[in-house]
Amino acid sequence: MYKVKVYVTLKESVLDPQGTTVKRSLNSMGYEDVQDVRIGKYMELTISESVANLDETVKEMCERLLSNPVIEDYTYEVEERVAQ
Amino acid sequence: MKFAVIVFPGSNCDVDMYHAAKDELGEEAEYVWHDAVSLEGYDAILLPGGFSFGDYLRTGAIARFSPIMKEVIKAAQDGKPILGVCNGFQVLLEAGLLPGAMRRNESLKFICRPVGLRVENNETMFTSSYEKGEVIQIPVAHGEGNYYCDETTLASLKENGQIVFTYENNPNGSLENIAGIVNEQGNVLGMMPHPERAVDPLLGGADGLNLFKSIVKQWRESHAVKA
Repeated sequence: MYKVKVYVTLKESVLDPQGTTVKRSLNSMGYEDVQDVRIGKYMELTISESVANLDETVKEMCERLLSNPVIEDYTYEVEERVAQ
Repeated sequence: MKFAVIVFPGSNCDVDMYHAAKDELGEEAEYVWHDAVSLEGYDAILLPGGFSFGDYLRTGAIARFSPIMKEVIKAAQDGKPILGVCNGFQVLLEAGLLPGAMRRNESLKFICRPVGLRVENNETMFTSSYEKGEVIQIPVAHGEGNYYCDETTLASLKENGQIVFTYENNPNGSLENIAGIVNEQGNVLGMMPHPERAVDPLLGGADGLNLFKSIVKQWRESHAVKA
């Protein structure tokens, strides 16, 4: 089985209202060195080894559903696991 | 004229949409569950507001893959009027029937109040009963209505007159005060404010009624029996 970790973040060009608010809060707590906060999503997929083309499938899923290419970017890491 | 009101798990403005079409316009209307596979016999499709699939992942992201959406896309290609309000708009964006995407409101707050909307384009099948530049009062109720698109898309929206409604006082940070847009063909309208909640003075206003009347007017004109 494969464990795939998917990270989805807003594109650099898109303002992140949540991140901006969290950054302001951190600054007001005294963490004045924090210059930017971007909030994203983390997903873990468990995929069986029978998958025909892992990379292609993961990319397709990311582009069709897991992220919205209009405003978001994605990256992923694949970890191979021994079957349970 | 026969309206379909699409109902997703989590839709909550479906009854208001139905009421607008059936009781206010006096037209035929039926609820269509999201896993139906046909929209045969319907003349217009209404996608209501709410929180389809709990807004999981992104607003509208899961609903966009409901079985009925294949038929909605087909109806859009056939030129039938399709109106998506609030979550319905978000579903249309996710489905690629309209360009752009929604971000969280700038304030991060859920905003629920009447707002002034300017009719930027009254030459659409949804707005022909309004005056150009008319300001109407329609309620908004959303947490993610902060419309975004890239510069190229914005330029083409402007060039084609696809920006139909703008906010008089931007409540959510939306790009260029955009509240509602149509597709290039002009038969798919998405808007964050709720015209179906403003169809009777008893409910605080009836400024939304002309939107539904415009749809019927256009349909009657295009289906008139030629003498």
